[in-house]
Amino acid sequence: MEGRIEKRVGLQAPVARVWRALTDYREFGQWFRVKLDGPFVPGPVSRGHITYPGYEHLKWEAVVEKMEPERLFCFTWHPDAVELQKDYSTETPTLVEFGLEKTSTGRLLRVTESGFDKIPRERRVDALRMNDRGWVEQMKNSEAHVSETP
Amino acid sequence: MSPKHHSNIVATRGRSPLFAALGDETRLSLVAKLCAVQHGSITQLTEGSNLSRQAITKHLRVLERVGIVRCVRKGRESRFQFNPEPIEGIREYLDFVSQQWDQALSRSKSFVEDDRPRSLNCKAADTQSLSARVTSERRP
Repeated sequence: MEGRIEKRVGLQAPVARVWRALTDYREFGQWFRVKLDGPFVPGPVSRGHITYPGYEHLKWEAVVEKMEPERLFCFTWHPDAVELQKDYSTETPTLVEFGLEKTSTGRLLRVTESGFDKIPRERRVDALRMNDRGWVEQMKNSEAHVSETP
Repeated sequence: MSPKHHSNIVATRGRSPLFAALGDETRLSLVAKLCAVQHGSITQLTEGSNLSRQAITKHLRVLERVGIVRCVRKGRESRFQFNPEPIEGIREYLDFVSQQWDQALSRSKSFVEDDRPRSLNCKAADTQSLSARVTSERRP
């Protein structure tokens, strides 16, 4: 069993374009679906709110660890911090790393998230329960959309 | 329960290292035995090992603390039972996180490969109205 997730995706785009999508807070926000209060800067807490349908009440908080231009962008955060009243600051965060590599056809974006073995069990259960609710919410949204726009 | 109180509990008890509990040969073999028998007594579980009843009990308590094993009293005897739920919890949770990343990365792919606003999975107009709503809700 591993407490780590790794994903790779090939991107047919110039490295500068990919880097901007990853590190410009407005661009990152568009695809990640988060509204960030300000630019990413290593050190201070990056704050904002999730814009993913069904999760809009959740806040975003992360700490940027590294920004090595066109190579590595990483931050730590508390994934699925779904309980609004709870203070997650005493828990060990997970580390999210976006690594860029050149390939013959474009770029390879590798994302790893590690440290899940340190996440309390209660949190995992909460996150899964939340996920169920999120889906129910999304179904309702799409149903409403279909019935309103025949 | 206050948030502070709750996080204190999490700090002391919640970090139950399930991975560490399973990273031991004796405990893994106990889990295997418990999968085979529905309710195992200390005597049954000690059989075939070179360890004392006390040592086996100690290992069972470690497994019990992380929730993989349940202790059920039957008369004067303790019976132990395998509980797969915490293990499934991790697998399900990682599947869930993995799925979220798949979706996010597929959105990032369409985002960088086609700059036209219409190509975004999340339409520009939707994003704007969502953002506006979040801003107005959070900053009254």
